[in-house]
Amino acid sequence: MHELSIAYNIVEIALAAANNAGVTQINTVNLRLGALAGVESESLRFGFEVAVKGTLLEQARLVIEDVPVRVYCAACATTAELPDLRRFLCPRCGAPTDQIISGRELELVALEYDDAPAREG
Amino acid sequence: MPRLLEVRQGVLSENDRLAADLRQRFARAGVFVVNLLSSPGAGKTRLLEETMRRMSATRRVAALVGDLATDNDAQRLARSGAPARQITTGDLCHLEAHLVEKHLEGWDLAQLDVLFIENVGNLVCPTGYDLGEAARVVLLATTEGEDKPLKYPGAFISADCVVVTKIDLAEAVEFDRQAAEHNINAVHPGIPIIYTSARSGAGLESWIDWLDMRGRRNQ
Repeated sequence: MHELSIAYNIVEIALAAANNAGVTQINTVNLRLGALAGVESESLRFGFEVAVKGTLLEQARLVIEDVPVRVYCAACATTAELPDLRRFLCPRCGAPTDQIISGRELELVALEYDDAPAREG
Repeated sequence: MPRLLEVRQGVLSENDRLAADLRQRFARAGVFVVNLLSSPGAGKTRLLEETMRRMSATRRVAALVGDLATDNDAQRLARSGAPARQITTGDLCHLEAHLVEKHLEGWDLAQLDVLFIENVGNLVCPTGYDLGEAARVVLLATTEGEDKPLKYPGAFISADCVVVTKIDLAEAVEFDRQAAEHNINAVHPGIPIIYTSARSGAGLESWIDWLDMRGRRNQ
């Protein structure tokens, strides 16, 4: 269960970015999560709810984009999505491969917020 | 009006940055650093105790040992005669680069050939945390069953070598070596597999040869 500490990392990075940009309320946190990142989405959502308490992220929604594992197959000289994490075989030709192109991502992509309404005058 | 603030930052980027610093520091000092991963009870400490005892005659070895609550492991490793230090993580289920850095204080890395980092017993959480190691080794005990690699592919994929432990018990627990090799190769094709028993000493020479070979390559 390291998802809580991951959630605190996310909040810390989001707060720093928001501070830098002068953003005072965040609606959505967009995260990319690879299938090999070793992070369980449900536990992360739970951890996120705990970690945002008392911050300007308190009302924010966590949106997780799942990133599948893609491997490079030297035999076909191409990349393909791996349908089964328990079989590192090229889905086209069946050759074994350990060349992972993506799927380890754990990245805070962006924050969504509402622009403060323009003042009159 | 809804707006988007682009961040594009790795959630573990701070750990990655510290780990990169550590890796440079280890390389400058000429110390070969190995991160050991396994589930609880797979025999990390026992394997390390025997490994360090055998290596310390001709090489300068030391260990950092992660554990949730006790310092029993460091005490056991100290019996090998090599320096060992405990990292008590509290409720943290994995080691992070800043913990490693903190616990290196006072050690002259240039006086070491090999530094082992025994991670907290867990095959999920430690996977994503780079500690600046030059090699990552995952242990699989014969008593755990042959399907561990399929249950925890992340750990096996990120490793450079698999050490099968407790082969003295293989027969008693009906360990199926072929099935284990098949499963390991399914998630990490071609990874070296070394069979060991810290109790009988079987395979320890091959394991130490592998460490020496990787250590040399690292220089």
